[in-house]
Amino acid sequence: MRAALAGDEAAYRRLLEEIGRSVRGMARSAFARARVGDADIEDVVQETLLAIHLKRHTWDGGPRVAPWVNAIARHKIIDAMRRRGVRRAEPIEDFEATLAAPEGEDPHTRGDVERLIRTLGPRQRDIVTSISLEGQSIAATAARLSMSEVAVRVALHRALKALAAAWRSANP
Amino acid sequence: MKTADLIKALAAEPIPEPIRLGRRVALSLALGAAISAALFMALLGPRHDIIAAAHTMRFDLKFIDTLALLAPSALLALRLLRPDAEPGALFAALIAPFVLLGGAVIVELIVTPADLWMTRLMGTNALHCLTLIPLMSIPPLAALIYAMRAGAPAYPALTGALAGAAAAGVAATIYATNCTDDSPLFVASWYPLATLVVVVAGALAGRKWLQW
Repeated sequence: MRAALAGDEAAYRRLLEEIGRSVRGMARSAFARARVGDADIEDVVQETLLAIHLKRHTWDGGPRVAPWVNAIARHKIIDAMRRRGVRRAEPIEDFEATLAAPEGEDPHTRGDVERLIRTLGPRQRDIVTSISLEGQSIAATAARLSMSEVAVRVALHRALKALAAAWRSANP
Repeated sequence: MKTADLIKALAAEPIPEPIRLGRRVALSLALGAAISAALFMALLGPRHDIIAAAHTMRFDLKFIDTLALLAPSALLALRLLRPDAEPGALFAALIAPFVLLGGAVIVELIVTPADLWMTRLMGTNALHCLTLIPLMSIPPLAALIYAMRAGAPAYPALTGALAGAAAAGVAATIYATNCTDDSPLFVASWYPLATLVVVVAGALAGRKWLQW
């Protein structure tokens, strides 16, 4: 961790890979205990890695990194489970109107994708269109929007998740 | 996105200037306090007999109390910004202002005749105390919450509440230079009530803005 913070890219990559593996294990056993499927585990792993990257200055520099990593992973796992819990508890009556709306449309048309994308905020929409539809690189998109690459990745990640959620509610 | 791609991208990010949480929080608290103090000096200013008052024990005790609230709550808020924080003994330090106040109230009850108790408790500035302390807490609380967004607290609402207590400590310290009610009976009745308002505001702000 210390080498990684000092700018050793290879060390940082190895560390993140190792953390990814351990978080995946933690998330898997936590999800199994809570009896929720493990579809979102990779999401939790990625969110934890992102949080570790974005909050790396909250590590106290002590002899052990594990307690800090575990605290962040726990936070993200609980977060994910809470979101799932909320999603599972949503009463269907409130959504009947929305659920019925897209009926009869072919869900695989490009028009449908664009309609979904229009539900995003302007910045997210721009990023998704540029990377996922026009196939531009993250670096180019980041440069064009004068954002950092990680910020673009975070925004893309969130936008895709929002899209997936919108997709699920439109196609039960 | 594949996790491996994310890792590659994160590792390739240029390393920015490291964030020093402690310095940020201290600077924001100082900045917020300076704004509150400047507004206070422009609009109200300290009481006119402050030099004479500074020689009385009741007056000085107010500042010991407010600083005893400010110091542990600010340190604890800073510590809780780390996700793996163990608050430990510092939480115990939070009872210091209450112990101090409680002791002072007991002494005041002993040295003051009973028919003066209610007069001293009500004082003449209760409404001032209840409005000015929360108002003057706004700049330090806002600055603190803003700076604390760089942190990763496991308990955002609790961390925000402590920031509120620290902000109230700043505001109460400034306000105490103006308030002419020095009796511990007054301080113990109204200052904690004003502080509670700010603590609740801090908890709400923490829940909203310190999530990560």
